Amino acid sequence: MAIDRNETFDVIVVGAGPAGAAAALRLAEQRVKVLLIERGMAPGAKNMMGGRIYTHSLEKLVPDFRDRAPLERKVTKERISIGAGNEMTTIEYSCQDVKENEESYVVLRAKFDKWLAEEAEKKGALLVSNVQVTELITEGEGKNRRVVGVRCHDDEVYAKLVIIAEGANTVLLEEAGLTGPTDPKTMAVGVKEVYKLKKEDLENRLMLSGDEGMAWLTLGDMTDGLLGGGFIYTNKASLSVGMVVGLEDIGSAGKSVDEMLEAFTSHPRIAPLLKNGQLKEHSAHLVPEGGYKAMPKLGGNGYIIVGDAARMCMNLGYTIRGMDLAIESGICAADAVNVALRDENMDRVPKLYEKQIKASWLRHDLKLYKHVPKFLGTNPRIFNEYPTFVNNLMRDVFTVNGDGAVPMMKKIMRRVGDIGLFTLIRDAWKGVRSL
Amino acid sequence: MELLVCIKQVPDTSEIKLDPETNNLIRTGLPSIVNPDDMHALEAALAVKDQYEGSRVTVLSMGPPQAEAALRECLSLGADDAVLVTDRAFGGADTLATSYTIASAIRHIQRTMNRQFQIIFCGKQAIDGDTAQVGPQIAEELGMAQATYACELSVDQAAQKAVVKRQHENGYEIVEVPLPLLVTATAELNEPRQPGLWSSIYAKRYTISHITLRDMPHIDESRIGLTGSPTRVRKVYQPPLRGKVEMLSSIDEGAKKVLELAYHIKPEKFAHLLVPNDVPVVDSTEDEGVDVKDPVQRAASVESVVPSEAKVEEIKPNTFAAEAAKSADVSKGGDR
Repeated sequence: MAIDRNETFDVIVVGAGPAGAAAALRLAEQRVKVLLIERGMAPGAKNMMGGRIYTHSLEKLVPDFRDRAPLERKVTKERISIGAGNEMTTIEYSCQDVKENEESYVVLRAKFDKWLAEEAEKKGALLVSNVQVTELITEGEGKNRRVVGVRCHDDEVYAKLVIIAEGANTVLLEEAGLTGPTDPKTMAVGVKEVYKLKKEDLENRLMLSGDEGMAWLTLGDMTDGLLGGGFIYTNKASLSVGMVVGLEDIGSAGKSVDEMLEAFTSHPRIAPLLKNGQLKEHSAHLVPEGGYKAMPKLGGNGYIIVGDAARMCMNLGYTIRGMDLAIESGICAADAVNVALRDENMDRVPKLYEKQIKASWLRHDLKLYKHVPKFLGTNPRIFNEYPTFVNNLMRDVFTVNGDGAVPMMKKIMRRVGDIGLFTLIRDAWKGVRSL
Repeated sequence: MELLVCIKQVPDTSEIKLDPETNNLIRTGLPSIVNPDDMHALEAALAVKDQYEGSRVTVLSMGPPQAEAALRECLSLGADDAVLVTDRAFGGADTLATSYTIASAIRHIQRTMNRQFQIIFCGKQAIDGDTAQVGPQIAEELGMAQATYACELSVDQAAQKAVVKRQHENGYEIVEVPLPLLVTATAELNEPRQPGLWSSIYAKRYTISHITLRDMPHIDESRIGLTGSPTRVRKVYQPPLRGKVEMLSSIDEGAKKVLELAYHIKPEKFAHLLVPNDVPVVDSTEDEGVDVKDPVQRAASVESVVPSEAKVEEIKPNTFAAEAAKSADVSKGGDR
C-alpha cells in the first residue's frame, strides 16, 4: 500500500463537530466518498458549550441514539434565576414525562462529538484527526472563483465539494474572502468550569433522582451589566458551571470574564451547590449570538457552510440552542449533496442546500427570533435594573417587620416607580414581541 | 536504507495516580500516548529517510492489541510500515525478556520480509519504567553497535558510518560508529514533526501486521514473558509529599519568599546580602578581606569601597530584604 496524493473525494468536511459529523454520517450512509478532517487530537477535544442538546434532529440521524450516545442526564427540570447582589429570585419548572421529540440531554462535548464522529466513521466516512486545514484552495477569479479543495500545511486534497463546519471562529472563510470579518457585536465568549461531585451530593442538592438532570440559567448583575448570563448543567457526577458574556463590551467592563465567573461560583446561592466539588476543567470558547441577521451567505461555488460557522445559534435568554441546529444543518447539507450527486450536477448544491434549510424548521425558527439578539443587545436594563426590580419586589412581598403592612398594589407601584411605568411597559412589549 | 524504530505505548504520566492504599498504579481511564523519547527516535528515522531517498521506516512495538493506536500515530507522522509484537505469552516481561522478544521479532522481520535494518532507533527510556535498558539489550542480543543518549546524529550511507554526539551527565562524547547501528534518542536530538494529511489517511487505512509466538518457532520460550524475567519487584510506593505548593501573586512577593526561605535555612550564607534599614551601608568596610594593618592597602580599599551619596540612595529603597530578614525571625519553623 502506498500513499496516492492524487486521490480525490466527493466531499471534504472541515471540522468534526456535530454539524460536520452529521453531514459526514448522512453522506456516508448514501455511499458518498467523504473525508472528515478534525484539527483536535480527537473530535470534541476543542469544542465546548454549556451542556444541553435538544435531540429531535439527532434522532433523525441516529434513531437509537438513546442506547448508544454518551448522554449525561435527561433534562427534567428547568430553572431560571434572576440575581441582584446577594438576592436571587428563581422559577423552577419540572416535568417527568417529556415527549420523545421534545427531549433534551446534558452532554459533555469531548465524549459526545467523538462518539458522533465515530458513528460517521462506522458508516464509511474517512475521519482524520489531529490535522489542521490551513487554507481553502480556490480556482478562478471573481464570479467564477470556486473552492476546489483544502490545504493542510504542505498537503493538498481536492474534492467536488467542501462543507465548511469550522465552528464559531471562521478563520478559513474569512481568509479566503468568502465571508466578511465577524462583527464582535454578534459574538459572545463562553467560559465554563466542570466540578466533580459525589453523585448523591449532586442529586440531593438539586433534588434529582436517577438519570434526571437540570438546566439552570441565570440572569442579572453577575455579568456586571453586560449582555449575558450564567448557566449550570448537571452531568452524571459533575456540574458544568459557566457564563456567556457579549464580546463587544468586554474590554470596557469593570471585571474580567474570569472574575465574573468567580463571583458567580462564589455567589451565596451557588457556592453551597459546589461545596466539596473538585475543579476538573476550565475552558472558554466563542459563541455566535447574532442569530438570523448575522448569518452569512450559506454557500457558493464548490462550498457550503454549516453549524456555528453559519451562525446557526439561538439565545432567547430562557432557551439556548446550537447543537440541534448544527445537526439539522448537517443533515440539510448532506441531503442537498445527495440530490446533486444523483443528478450529476454539483454546481446546484448551494441552491439545493438553501432550499433544504428553507424547507426545514431551521430557517423558520431562526427567522422567528431574529429580533431577540437586538432586543437583548440594546437593552442594558435587562441585565441591571430589572434584576434589581424583581428582587426588590420579591423582598417587599415577603417582608414582615411590624411597621404595619402595605397594600400589595402600593408595593408594586413603588418598585415600578423606580424604573418608570412607561419604560417598563415599552420594554415588556418589545421583549414579548421579539419572542 | 532500511530503518527500524522501536516504540512503546505508555500511560500519560502527567495524569498518573497511585492507589494510596495498595500502592498500585491506577490504570483505568488513563490516556495512552507514544513514549515521548520514542517520538524523538521516530523523528530521527524520518529525518534519515528524508535525507536518503528510497529509505523505508518500519515501526515496531510490543504490547497488547491497543498498542496499535500508538503505531498508527507513528504512521500518521510518516512511517511506512508498522508491526505489533503481541501474544499473551509475552506478557509480564521485564526488560531482559522484552528485549529478547523484540530482538527475536526483528530477526523474524529481517528473515521473512527480507529487510536488513541498518539503523534501529529507540527512545532513551520509557516514562513508565525509566530503566533505559531495552534499547541497549536489543543491540547486545542482535550483536550490533550501539550509541545511546544521542543528542546529535549524522548518517553517511556511502561510508556506512554514523557520527553520534552522546549526552553524558557532565559533558558530551562524539563517536563514529559503523552501520548497522542501534541509537537511543534523547529529547535534545530533534523536534518531532506534526502529522500530515496524506500520512494520516494512510495511517487510518493501514492494516497493522501482528507477530505472535507461533510466528517465531525458533524463539526460546524459557526466555520470554514472566518466566523469562529474572526481575522481581519487591515494593512499589509513592514517596511521601515533601511540602506544600504555595502560589505567590507577584515577583516582589516571590523574591521575599525566596529570601525568607533561603535565610531560614542557611542564614550565614545570605546574611551579607541582606541590607538592614538601620545600619548605615557606607561603614561596612571591614568584610572586604583587606589587611587593615597595612596602611597602604587600607587607604586604597577604603577609597574604592566608600560609595558616593548617590550610591547610598540607590540602595536605600531596596528594603524588602530587611523586611524579609525580620519576618524570617517571626515565622520560625516554616512548613517545609
